[in-house]
Parts: sequence; structure tokens; C-alpha cells
Amino acid sequence: MAKGAQVEIGNRSGLAHIEVRGMTMAYGDFLIQKDLNFTINQGDIFIIMGGSGCGKSTLLRHLVGLHPPAAGEVLYQGSSFWQLAPNERNALMRRMGVLYQGGALWTAMTLAENIALPLEEYTSLTPAEVNELVSYKLSLVGLKGFEDYYPSEISGGMQKRAALARAMALDPETLFFDEPSAGLDPVSARLLDDLIIELRDSLGATIVVVTHELASIFAVGNNSVFLDAASKTMIAEGDPKRLLTETENPIVRKFLTRGEEGYP
Amino acid sequence: MQSKSLTISYLTDNSVEISLLGDWCLTCEVVTWQSFQVQFEQYPEPPEKIDFVSSDLESWDSKLLLFLVKLDAYAQSRHIPVNWDGLPDGAKGLLRLATEVPERSGARRRTRTRSLVYRLGTWAMDGVEELTGLATFLGEWLLSIGRFFTGRASFRWVDFNRFLQSAGAGALPIVGIISLLVGAVLGFVGAVQLQMFGAQIYVADLVGLGVVREMGAMMTAIIMAGRTGSAYAAQLGTMQVNEEIDALRTMGISPMDFLVLPRTLALILMLPLLCLWSDALGILGGLLVGVSILDIALLEYLQQTKAAISLADIATGLIKSLIFAVVVSLAGCLRGLQSGRNSAAVGNATTSAMVTAILLIVIWDALTTIIFNRLGI
Repeated sequence: MAKGAQVEIGNRSGLAHIEVRGMTMAYGDFLIQKDLNFTINQGDIFIIMGGSGCGKSTLLRHLVGLHPPAAGEVLYQGSSFWQLAPNERNALMRRMGVLYQGGALWTAMTLAENIALPLEEYTSLTPAEVNELVSYKLSLVGLKGFEDYYPSEISGGMQKRAALARAMALDPETLFFDEPSAGLDPVSARLLDDLIIELRDSLGATIVVVTHELASIFAVGNNSVFLDAASKTMIAEGDPKRLLTETENPIVRKFLTRGEEGYP
Repeated sequence: MQSKSLTISYLTDNSVEISLLGDWCLTCEVVTWQSFQVQFEQYPEPPEKIDFVSSDLESWDSKLLLFLVKLDAYAQSRHIPVNWDGLPDGAKGLLRLATEVPERSGARRRTRTRSLVYRLGTWAMDGVEELTGLATFLGEWLLSIGRFFTGRASFRWVDFNRFLQSAGAGALPIVGIISLLVGAVLGFVGAVQLQMFGAQIYVADLVGLGVVREMGAMMTAIIMAGRTGSAYAAQLGTMQVNEEIDALRTMGISPMDFLVLPRTLALILMLPLLCLWSDALGILGGLLVGVSILDIALLEYLQQTKAAISLADIATGLIKSLIFAVVVSLAGCLRGLQSGRNSAAVGNATTSAMVTAILLIVIWDALTTIIFNRLGI
């Protein structure tokens, strides 16, 4: 749970929150990306971008601790994730919230039960307090009153927002979003972008977003890394708006201008 | 107040100032809503305004927001204006988010208790629907078989071969082990009784007839219901969840031809063969007990078995196993196709496939045994 510093977010931003050092990602012998080096600062909205199949989601899975890197390391506030003891690793993972691509709500549970599960597992709140907290989290994403619905009974956009409420259940320090606007209409996608910024400002959380939606990238991101599928490594990093005006790399230019400029 | 999480001051201009103090985190002890309310209402007149001071607030999370959301609703119900400016910026933002979208009217569920008549009626209608579903499925399946034999079914032989292998050769070890052990147990139980009359040689008859007419077909069918029927239900149920079956339908491919037919035909071809394998290993199990414990000579046991079993007995078992194959494969496919679109529904479909199959196996077995008995076969 975020302490004290939440009151004054300004003090926290700029500190290294997650550092990736010399990381190589591979499934068995199949190399996904190599030589990844970048830093996510506290209070950043950090974008992981790149074309389809370049390993964006795989990088996210490595950052949240679902896969160990084939080489190199991921540091959280200075400590290497995979060198921590399993219980420390679990404690660290509880301070992260992940919004999966399809929402990944547990379909056999109601929305309230989905959000209540982490609260029941990891806090000593009474059932009444859990219920209040569940209603509050749902109201944050505009789903007040939908506690007793099953995921299959609500629309895709609502499922995504409910999944976000679940990701925020434990007041995480870091929120990860995998393709948040995939499958949403432009208006809903825009609202979700606004929500991401609002949550960063209000919660003081660090946010990592995997996306290839240019509108979202420029609207929310203040830092980024660009993964290239062909060379299997990162070829640009920094504020996406600055990248758009400054980068010389033809592949990045082509991506950021929807293929109108750059290579070939 | 039991903890110093806030103080309430009544100011001279008839307003109230709430100072938030210390830690407001989910795991911290803070003032309960009830005791806050008691303290707040000590003042006889409702205040004209509520202000906040948060300079001594050290940390906060959702716990503070829970309090603020309640306070917001409370103040609104008593028409007291609240000035949130004294709160940390983040808390103001979250409170705005939480109260921005009003609850959609009619969204909340009400639990209604229905009368007994209503529930009985629903139950009966569900039963009728279930039977209609079953009849429709059977009818479609028969039509599909018709299309198959006239060569008009969209049927993938690759799939069929794969199902043949998994429902046939893949099942040999488990069917073999269980049949061997059941044969041995049957022999052992029979031996204890028959030995008392010096008639231990008839263990061969008991095991032979028991296995060939009854146990072989039934054991195989029950194993295959657990092994293959439930797998069919889980596969089709998962395809239902992933909208794969809808994708087939929209391409004009009948799921019945494409998914159900290869599975059912594979099991119908393989189950009788597995039944023969089970018969052989069941007899072997009895033989092992007879030869090792009852000191019956190997050849003598085999002679006795051969004399006891007629071709009609074997055919009886095979006919049963053919019916069981239809029951097991259709129950699996039917429940899979009827599955709902979530993980729990797939689990229910699998369970239901097993239960349906085993229930029907036992009923059919009893019926056929009686029929064959009456016919003198």
C-alpha cells in the first residue's frame, strides 16, 4: 500500500521505479527480444509500443513476474525480482495490478466476487468493509450497481472496466495495462485513456501500458520504449511526442505516422 | 473517540471543520462511521457547511475514500454543502471519479423468492426443454449420419483418424489394467464360495460368462465415459466459450457433421473392439487366480472357459457395448454443445456428460440383460 508520499505525488516522480537491465526474453530457444535496457520512473505513464508480434505483451509478462528473463534482470526499486525469496516476490506482486487484454475476469464469479477475492485473501477486512470497498472500486470505473452481474452478462467495455476495478483492488503502486483500448469503441477508448491519467494523478501510481493505438500513445504516454520485431531489440525510447518530432529511425517514424513517413 | 484519525470542530460561523489526522490505510484503525456520526450529530443544529483540513494527514488510501463517499451521501441526504478543497488533490480526483457516474437505475438485482407452484412449473418446463433438446440432437445426428453415408457431410478424415487413435489404441492400457484386476477379483470372490462345494473349476465359468456377457462391456463403457466422453464435452464446451462453434455455423459448416460425427463414429467403432480386449484380459485375470490359488491346471481352466462361453455370449456383450458407445459419445457431445460460455459451465458440461452417460449405461445394461434373458440368448 502506498504510504505518505501519495499526498504529494510530485516528490515521488522521477525516481527509478522499475529498471530493466540487459534483459533477453525467449521461449525455450525461440528468441523474442534481446538487450533491453530502460527505466520506468515513479509516476510515469510508460508505453511499450511496437508492431504486432514484436513481443510487447511478452515484455509485460516479464515485468509482472509471470516469466523469468532468459538473461539480464528486472529491478523493482533497486531489488532484482527473481533474486527475491518467493514470499517477498509474492508481496511485490501484490503491489502490482494487471489489466489483461481480454479482461480475464473469473467468469464463474460475479463482479463483486472478482474484486473481493484479493481483498479477502490479503487483508483482514470484515465482509461489510469488503463490500463497501467493492462498491467504491466499481464506482471508480462507473459500474456502481453491477455488483451481482456475471462477466458474461455485461458488454466487453464494461468487462474491461470491471477488470480495471479488480486490478485496483489492493491499491497497487504499479498498474499494468495490456492493450487497454483493444475491442473498445473510440469514445470508450478515449474515456479509458482519461481514466488512466486520472488514476495516475489521483493514486500516484506508476502505469505501464502496452498498446499500438497511436491516439492513446500520444494522449497518455510520457515515456516509452519501442520494440522492433525484425532486429529483435528496442530501437527507441523516450517521450512518444518527442520521438515523433525528433527520431531519425525510419521504422519508428513509420510507426508513429501510421506509415505516411519514413521507411521505405 | 477511540483513535486519533480525525477531529471535528464547530466554528462560530455555524460551519464544521473536519481535520484528518495520521494514517488512513486499509489496515489501520480509524474512526468508524457510526462513531463519527454520533459525534457529528452531537451538535443540535445541522451545520451550514463542512470544511476539511488535511495538513496533519500522513498517508491515505481507499480507506479514506470509503469514508468520504459515505460522508458525501450523508451530507447530500441532509442538504449540507461540503467544501472538499482541503483534501489532498488525489483524494479529490478519486472522489470525483467515484461520484461522477450515477448508479444506472434498474441495474441492481433484486432477489425474488418464487412460490412453490412457480418453481414446480419452471422445473417441468425445463424438463420438457431438456427432452426436446435431446430429441432434436438425436434427430440431427441421425440426419448427419445419413449425409455421411451419402457423402454429403463436411467430414475431416484427419480428425476422425486422430479420434480413432485416442479412443482406441490410447485407451488400451487403462482398459487392460482395470479388466485384468476386475477379472481377478471376480475369480477370487467366486473361488472362496465355490471351494466350499469342491466346485472350484466352475470359477472359469463364472469369470468367463460374467466378463463376456456383463462386466467387459460395462467396465469399458464406464472407463470410456470418464476418459473420452468427458473429454468430448470439455472440448466442445471450450469451443463454445471461444465462439469456435459460432464460427463454424457462420461458414455454413454443420457442427454436427464436423465435430460430433467424427467423435461419435470413432467411439462407436472402437468401443466394441476395446470390449473384446477387456473380455480377453478379464478372463486372463480369472485364470491367474484360478491357476495360482486354486491349483487348476492351465489347460483345464482354458477348456472349461471355452466350453462355458458360446459365440452368442460374446455377441451379447458386443451388442451392449455398441449401444454404450452411442450413449457415451452422444452424451459427451450433447453436453458439450449445450455448454454455457464460461469456465464453470464447461465444468458443469463435463460433469453432466459423465453422469448422463453412466446413468444411461446402467439403465441400458439392466434393460438388455432382462430382454436377452427373456429371449433366452
